[in-house]
Order: sequence, then structure tokens, then C-alpha cells
Amino acid sequence: MTRPLPRWAELALLPLLNLVLAMAVSALVVLAAGQSPTAALHALAIGSFGSWDAIGFTLFYATNMAFAGLAVAIAFKAGLFNIGVEGQAAMAGLGIALVCLGLDASLPALLLLPLAILGSAAFGAAWGYVPGWLQARRGSHVVITTIMFNFIAASLMVYLLVNVLIQPGQMAPETRRFATGLAALSSFGFPGRSPANVTLILALLAAFVVWVLVWRTPWGYGLRVVGSNPEAARYAGIDEGRRIIVVMAISGALAAGIAVNEILGVHQKLILNFTGGAGFTGIAVALMGRNHPVGVLLAALLFGALAQGGSELAFEMPDLPRDMVVVVQGLIILFTGALGALLRAPLARVMARG
Amino acid sequence: MEAALDLIVPILAATLRVATPLILAALAGLFAERSGVVDVGLEGKMLAGAFAAAATAAVTGDVWLGLGAAILASSALALLHAFACVTLRGSQVVSGMAINVLAAGLTATLALAWFRQGGQTPALPPDGRFQPIALPGAQWIAEVPLLGRLVVGVLGGHTAPVYLALLLVPLAAFVLWRTRFGLRLRACGEAPGAVDAAGVSVAKLRYAGVMIAGLLCGTAGATISTAQGAAFSTDMTAGRGFIALAALILANWKPWPVLWTCLLFGLLDAVAIRLQGVPVPGLGVPFPVQAVQALPYILTVILLAGFVGRAVAPRAVGIPYVKER
Repeated sequence: MTRPLPRWAELALLPLLNLVLAMAVSALVVLAAGQSPTAALHALAIGSFGSWDAIGFTLFYATNMAFAGLAVAIAFKAGLFNIGVEGQAAMAGLGIALVCLGLDASLPALLLLPLAILGSAAFGAAWGYVPGWLQARRGSHVVITTIMFNFIAASLMVYLLVNVLIQPGQMAPETRRFATGLAALSSFGFPGRSPANVTLILALLAAFVVWVLVWRTPWGYGLRVVGSNPEAARYAGIDEGRRIIVVMAISGALAAGIAVNEILGVHQKLILNFTGGAGFTGIAVALMGRNHPVGVLLAALLFGALAQGGSELAFEMPDLPRDMVVVVQGLIILFTGALGALLRAPLARVMARG
Repeated sequence: MEAALDLIVPILAATLRVATPLILAALAGLFAERSGVVDVGLEGKMLAGAFAAAATAAVTGDVWLGLGAAILASSALALLHAFACVTLRGSQVVSGMAINVLAAGLTATLALAWFRQGGQTPALPPDGRFQPIALPGAQWIAEVPLLGRLVVGVLGGHTAPVYLALLLVPLAAFVLWRTRFGLRLRACGEAPGAVDAAGVSVAKLRYAGVMIAGLLCGTAGATISTAQGAAFSTDMTAGRGFIALAALILANWKPWPVLWTCLLFGLLDAVAIRLQGVPVPGLGVPFPVQAVQALPYILTVILLAGFVGRAVAPRAVGIPYVKER
């Protein structure tokens, strides 16, 4: 056993070093693709922070990443790996669509929007609750069930959009536009033309609530005990099963933020695959952010910038698709998650000497 | 009778074709998970294999070189997985997901950068693909009334990977249950402490399990791009790695049941394709093909929940082995 690292090194230096490592390997991939890494980095930086429009888009994507990261992180705190954020977000989109399609003719926007947000949270929570219940009461491993639930949600969405919810006379599998009376969720006066909307503020709020819930309440204390030492939790009389079920439902409800941001914030109708893989990026966000709300928000900003910069990159350098950003994401998951121990031991040795 | 055969033979032949990459990938998962290492990265390794096979076959025009490249690419990712899980004792699920994401990004990026065809590799020439192999003595077998046509129609005229996958099932059963290596590998997944106490290296055996998985996933990927298809396209494995994982769980981590569950999923797929757009008799609505496609996942959840039967994973799967002092 090596000595533990000082707190600042564990929380800031190590993630930073892992990020540098991931970027270095990404540069090699860019070289292998026959392109210049510095030009790519430049295009990425300009594309994500170069103008008010770019910053707005970055914040818009960062909102998705923040919700996804919080969803993964809070489950991680109970020792659960929720790979199902993607499916939970998709189902949450269905919740929004059902509320809006059913009630948009009869309710004013001020009542409809909160109701739609609640509907999405309820659907997301339900899609997290079931794997949580299966884990707690039937012992089915949450990793496998959430993977399966992603595919079940995807099939269900295709079926509903192709056969049931599709706008009659339309070819594309999408619902009609919601008549909410508002163009979209307010852009709260953000400069430039970007889809950044009030969901961003909801994300900041959600991060604060998660912090209070997990670090400042008895319930959260119990949750962390379940995650770090289930044996001790049982001995202390903490109901492990209930914690698992509730935290998975909360995780699913957080995933719903992606649907709110995309569907109510931009599309105004339910479309296929609106999540765009944000649920999986949430794993990288949570790992990079060390499962802490502040870390998750910072990591979300980074991944939001990557997502936005990636589309600009594909524009600037046609031979480098935006999938290059997926490579960076994969490498970050690898270095901060699976290979996390790679740098820790050498770093501890260096710091002990210095 | 002839009419029934006309319907059944193509469906069963398609079942075998569709099931082949599933069998290979599920056997891959079998070796990794029996050794105690969770492998949710089957999908990524297959995707890397599919790209490497199609890219190499497109450049060299040789399908076997393509297969070799697929195995190399997939094995490189498997080595990474083993290093992360066994040597560094990192999270096995995180490592598997990282491999999936990494492979999705790498294959799409390199396919566009190297071939400039919107993320596809060039269409393969005949020598760059696995060609159908005629069943030896097919013309005589076909003479047998009814049965002959069934045998030739279903089993004959497939590509080499199909027959390879069918041969690998008994081989895997033999290796895992009838050899010393297999016994030790399975023991690593159940009670690694006992293996260690017997003076056998748990790490080496787990590396072996994960690397065999790499080899098989590469073959599965090559099958998808150079036997079923004739080029690589972005995300062409389309979740088959996870279906294989579901098949492995439904099969209770045993080789012969793996064959049956993969064939079942292949049959579901083959039937679903034919039911596309067909109206349900009496209801007039189109057949819910998606329900058939979701069935493997639903069955897996039901089985895992223990409502019907019980899936028993290797006891030590997913837990990094730490030598006691």
C-alpha cells in the first residue's frame, strides 16, 4: 500500500494529470489521422469559447453533461454504477411529450412547463427505480439491468414514435410541435443566438441540491456509508435496499434534465435519439469530477466545450469528424477511471520524496 | 410441405448467419467472465475488429489478412482491459465502457481520415470477403426427400466464420470443462484464493481469459464486416456486443447453452426482419417488430430477477484479486 495522496493532489492534480495524458494520446490519434494536433486544439478552443454564440452552445451542451454527470455521480455514491442514464433520459423525453401533447391545448404555458418538467422527472425516475428495485430486492446486478433498460427504452421509443405518437401524414418519426405558447424555455437574456436556456440554472440548482442531500443530511450520510462500506451500513441498521432503490430513482430523475434541456429547451417536439450519447458521457463527467457536484460542474463545462468544439472542428477540418471528441471522452474514462491507479503510485512516491 | 420448406429454410439459414457473431462474442465473454473479469467491452472490441478487418482487406484485398488485423486490433484492446483490471485492479465495468467509447470514436475517426468516404471503408472485392463454402456432397444429400433439402439449405453455403463458430462451441466446452487450464480458469472466477493457494498465478490466468476474449471478439468483428457485410460503416456492430452479453447471462455462463441462446436471438432477428410492416391478423396494425427486437433484453432482465430460473454468475466475477499477506 502506498501512502494516500494529499487532498489537493487527489482532487485536482491527479485528474489534471490524467486529462493531460488523455489529451496527449488524443494528439497521437490526430497525428495518425494525418492532421495537425495543434491546429485541432486551436479549432477546438475557438469553436467552444471563441464567440458568445460558441459559449452559449458550450453551456447548452454542458447542461446535458451536468445532469448526466450528477445522475451517475449520486448513484456512484451508493456504490452503484448507473449505465442507464441514456435510457432514463429517453423515457423522460417521453414524459414531456405525453404531458405536452395531452394538455397543451388546455393549459397556459406557466402551468404546462412545470408540469412537463415534473412529468419528465417522474418518467426518468421510474426507469431508474425498476433497476434499483431489481438490485435491492432480487439481487440482479444494476450494471447489466441498466444496460438492458437502455435497449428496451430505445426499442420502445422507436415503436411509439413510428407507430403511435408520429404526426399523421409525416414521414419522420417525431411528434407534432408542442403548442406551449412559448418558443422554448427562456434564454434568460443570454447574448448571441444559442440554445442555452433556463435548464442551465436548473442544473446549477440540481448540483446544489445533490450536495446538500448527499453531504448535509442523515439520509446522504447513510447513502455514503452504503457505498463505501455496506457491511458497516447493515451493522448500523441502515436500510441498504431502500437507499439503493431511492438513489436509483433520484439518479433517473436527474437524467431527465437532459430531456428538459433538449426537448423543452430546443426541439419543442419528441424526436428519436435526442440524447445523443450524453448519458454515456455522464460516466466520464462523474469520473473526472470525482463524484462531487462541484467537480461534476467543472467537468461538465469541459465536456460541453468538447461537444461544441467537436462540431466546429469537423467544420474547420473536414477530415477530422466530431467522433474525434468521442475518442477524447473514451480516453478520459480510461485514464481517470480504469487506469486511475497508473499515476497515483508514482505521484505518491514523488510527493513523499519532495 | 414444399411451401413450408420455402418459408422455413431461408429463416433458419439466416438464423445461423445472424447468430455467428453473437456466438463468437458470447464465447469471448464466457472466457473472460469465467476467469473472473467482467467484460462489458465486447461491443467495442468487435467494432475495432470489424474496422480493422474491412480496412486491411480493402487495402490488401486479402480477407485472411483482414481477419488477422481484426484479431490484432481487438487483442490490443483486450490487453488494455487486462492491464486495467488485473494489473492495476481498476474498475472492470469502467474499463469495459471506456473501451466501447474509445472504439466507437477511433473507428469512426480513422475510417473518415484514411478512406474519406464519410466514415465507410471502400466496398470489398470478392477476395477481400469470406465467400460461401459449398457443403461437401451437397448434391447427394439434397437427393434425400425433404430432410436433404433442409440440411443443404440451412447448413450449406455459409462462410467460413459460421462453421468456425459452430466448431468453437464444443472446443470451448472441452477446454473449459475437460482440461487443467479450463479448471484453473473457472476456479479463478469462483475462488481465486484457492488458485493462488495452489501456487498458480491468478493474474496470468485472468490475462489468458481476457486475451482469448480479445481473439474471439476480433473474429466476431471480422465476420460482421467481411462475411455478413462488404465494408465497414460507422457503429456497424449496433449493440450486438450487448446482445451477446445477454445471451451469455441467459446461458448461465455455459458453452452449450450459449449456442442455444445465440441461435434463439438469431432466430428472433431473422423473424423480425421478415415481419417488418406485416399487419397483425385481425388488428390491422403493423406488427410491433421492436417488441421482438427488445425480447433478448427483456428475457435477460426477467432471468436476472430470478422470476424464471436463476442466473448464477461466477462468484468472484468483477472483484479484483488482491493477494493476501
